[in-house]
Amino acid sequence: MTASPWAGKAGALRPGTAAAATAGVTPFAVGLLLAAALQYAVGPAVGPFFSDLLIKIGINVILAVSLNVVNGYTGQFSIGHAGFMAVGGYAAGALTYYTSMLAWGGPQVQGGVFGVGSALFVGACLVGGLVAAAAGWAVGLPSLRLRGDYLAIVTLGFGEIVRVLLQQTQDVPFTADEARALSPVEMATHLGGSLGFSGIPFYTNLFWVWCFVTLTLLVAYRLKESTFGRAFLSIRENEIAAEAMGVDTTRYKVRAFVIAAFFAGVAGALFAHKIGTTLNPRELGFMKSFDIVIMVVLGGMGSISGATIAAVLLTVLPEALRGAADYRMIVYALMLVLVMIVRPQGLFGIREIWELPPFARRRGR
Amino acid sequence: MTDLLQTLLNGLAVGSLYALIALGYTMVYGILQFINFAHGDVFMIGAWSAYAVAAALGFTLAGGDPPGWAAVAVLLSSMGICAVLGFFIERFAYRPLRSAPRLNVLITAIGVSLLLQNTGQLRPVFGTQPQSMPALLPDTTLFQVAGVRVGLVDVTVVLLAVAMMVGLQWLVFRTRFGSAMRAVSHDHRIAALMGIRVDTVISFTFVVGSALAAAAGFLFAMKYSGLKQPADATWVLLGLKAFVAAVVGGIGNLQGAMLGGLLIGMVEMLGAAYLSPHLRDLYVFVLLIGVLLFRPTGIMGSTSVEKV
Amino acid sequence: MSLVAPGHPLLELQDLHVHYGAIHAIKGISLSVRQGEILTLIGSNGAGKSTTLRAISALVRASGGRILYRGHAIQGYRADQVVGMGIAHCPEGRGVFPAFTVRENLEVGAFLRKDREGIEADIETAFTRFPVLRQRARQPAGTLSGGEQQMLAISRALMCRPALLLLDEPSLGLAPQVVQTIFAIIREINRAGTTILLVEQNAHMALQVAHQACVLDVGTVVASGPAADLARSDEVKKAYLGGH
Repeated sequence: MTASPWAGKAGALRPGTAAAATAGVTPFAVGLLLAAALQYAVGPAVGPFFSDLLIKIGINVILAVSLNVVNGYTGQFSIGHAGFMAVGGYAAGALTYYTSMLAWGGPQVQGGVFGVGSALFVGACLVGGLVAAAAGWAVGLPSLRLRGDYLAIVTLGFGEIVRVLLQQTQDVPFTADEARALSPVEMATHLGGSLGFSGIPFYTNLFWVWCFVTLTLLVAYRLKESTFGRAFLSIRENEIAAEAMGVDTTRYKVRAFVIAAFFAGVAGALFAHKIGTTLNPRELGFMKSFDIVIMVVLGGMGSISGATIAAVLLTVLPEALRGAADYRMIVYALMLVLVMIVRPQGLFGIREIWELPPFARRRGR
Repeated sequence: MTDLLQTLLNGLAVGSLYALIALGYTMVYGILQFINFAHGDVFMIGAWSAYAVAAALGFTLAGGDPPGWAAVAVLLSSMGICAVLGFFIERFAYRPLRSAPRLNVLITAIGVSLLLQNTGQLRPVFGTQPQSMPALLPDTTLFQVAGVRVGLVDVTVVLLAVAMMVGLQWLVFRTRFGSAMRAVSHDHRIAALMGIRVDTVISFTFVVGSALAAAAGFLFAMKYSGLKQPADATWVLLGLKAFVAAVVGGIGNLQGAMLGGLLIGMVEMLGAAYLSPHLRDLYVFVLLIGVLLFRPTGIMGSTSVEKV
Repeated sequence: MSLVAPGHPLLELQDLHVHYGAIHAIKGISLSVRQGEILTLIGSNGAGKSTTLRAISALVRASGGRILYRGHAIQGYRADQVVGMGIAHCPEGRGVFPAFTVRENLEVGAFLRKDREGIEADIETAFTRFPVLRQRARQPAGTLSGGEQQMLAISRALMCRPALLLLDEPSLGLAPQVVQTIFAIIREINRAGTTILLVEQNAHMALQVAHQACVLDVGTVVASGPAADLARSDEVKKAYLGGH
């Protein structure tokens, strides 16, 4: 271990109790139990407003943690993450909406949490993720050859292209008959345009959201601790040195990008099916991308727990500061500038919360 | 034919605006190797401060024809305001990060951008409502050529932009300070060994770039009198397109920025006229991706191997 | 150019320390350079020779100790201020501005000067000294060969008429014939009155041209004295061929 060129970095990356804890099926099972607890115990107890807040938190956690894989692990600067969210959201939403129309005559929710409709929904989420991943591959492959700041512009441009294209789509059919009249290709071009895509059935609930959150967190953590992860972090430290050591940086960067896009797509799908949501391209533009970037930066680029905590804080804060909405963005912006000057590593830097001194000491490091 | 000429004229005018903004991006990138995301917002502040100064001087849309000096006074005021703004942004947000990783400065630039947009929207500043700029330049038709109307506003836009570009060109290539600017953009450490005050050069670059963006803002307000509110997406898009112009032309290269601006203006107008007006934002980004894939250093850029 | 009071060196380093982040690159170097002499710093790679020059010209900050120029402490000043005091640094790797022409490079070397005639005269001197520069006066400096760039870099450094010239590895990457020419010019420049602090890998040539020498090894001075003595010493040979 000490002979490895990453020995110095490995100190922060050495698999310890936490990695052992994430091995195997146990953590996923724990996650499922937590999600179920949230759905059946916590949800009803706190009421609809806070349940909705918990769902929003979950979605933002997925977005922040997935972006962290790109911005944090590989140090590549992507500011088009909301574009993948939009792609996934629209793909999943269209799938559920049109299938519901054709199979059941209308976009209502079918069955309970584990009913037929839910199966469609979960499938749609995965499809949304895959479509977003494909987009990630299409964007990543050519652009990740470019230097950091160019990638930022390309991703921003990508987000804008998605927005413009979505705004050009036609109105969504309202009745099953209208839906039946459309061919599959036409369905893909009838996504609501700039007025938005409303009527997507409200399948998103605490259980599914937090199942996906668990999945995201586990994948992110295992990625970080794996050979992949170490390669990623080496790229971030010094891309040229990594190339010299034989790390195929482009391949790894593209992989990171695709994985991140997948989860952004899933988050988009969850968002699309949330109660009260109308999918609108304007809301999934660069402002949303910036929101996510802020979470990753404040949490510490490379830290999963940092991104998670920042996502929680920055979802809750606007609700708490509802009154001072004008000043919210100004405060965010100032925070961003100050953090970069005073504490650029954010909350946790590259480390996880359990690697910080009070916790690490207990494990005898 | 008339339509084509009209479209080309529009492209020329819009392209001139993009070129002026692109110069600011390219100068800063040349000197610091960093994309100043907040530059497009300086352009927005330029347009809005032109409006605010005009209003403070008593010129409104409803009032009568303003005197000729009004346009000059408003232009110079907004250039001055943005020059100062550019100075402070560099001094307090970017200079502390001079030796930090590029990623950090990019993030700070985003922060500054958001700060400008949202502070601009505060009630005591510019407010959240769109406004209409009074016509400080009367839109008289100068002449008609092949059925195409050539108005005073468009001619002013193009001539003023060209004059500024020529002035900048002279400054950078024919003055002592200009050679200091070029030396710093090559290698600021060796430039310091020549006795050049690098911080002063960098500050000046920001000041000049911001003044040019303000001029573009003023000209924009002259041409399209409707000003959307400061945090509106249209401003960010305009700034972004100007950045694309700088990249397409070859970032770090002055002539590239000017060429790129004109090219982007033409592409946008031609696309809107002959393909689809709804997709006007798209053409520019497609062009960007094309350039980055096939000639990443831009039209006038040169390939240089990154030194380790 | 004011003369230094007798007994004072032109440049003096007192217990100089330089850190690159956590790395302690210079661990207490003391030396002095008398007016009119050539002092050479020799030593193996990574010994800290270039870092010493960079500390003097303020490209890097000293983390401890003092740098005295004409008796004044200058370790806090900016690089452009140090040039103004009369110290020119010809950096490692030449550092010519590749897109500037040869003439433009020379002109920017005289950035701080206002006397047009004097500048032209100095450019003429440079062309006389290195005729190839006259030939290539309007060519971009990036198109010149390594040796030509070195000649340009030295000439550019002299354009501000420095009292002290810091020369960093002038022989690096050059053919032996060219190296001879460069070192002949170094001797000539010194005889014309410029004090030179010369950093060199090529200890043999450096010790031939210098009056005094210091041997550096891992950030400290391990030997110093008249160049002729050190050229004969065994310690020098050890510091060079010793396993670092």
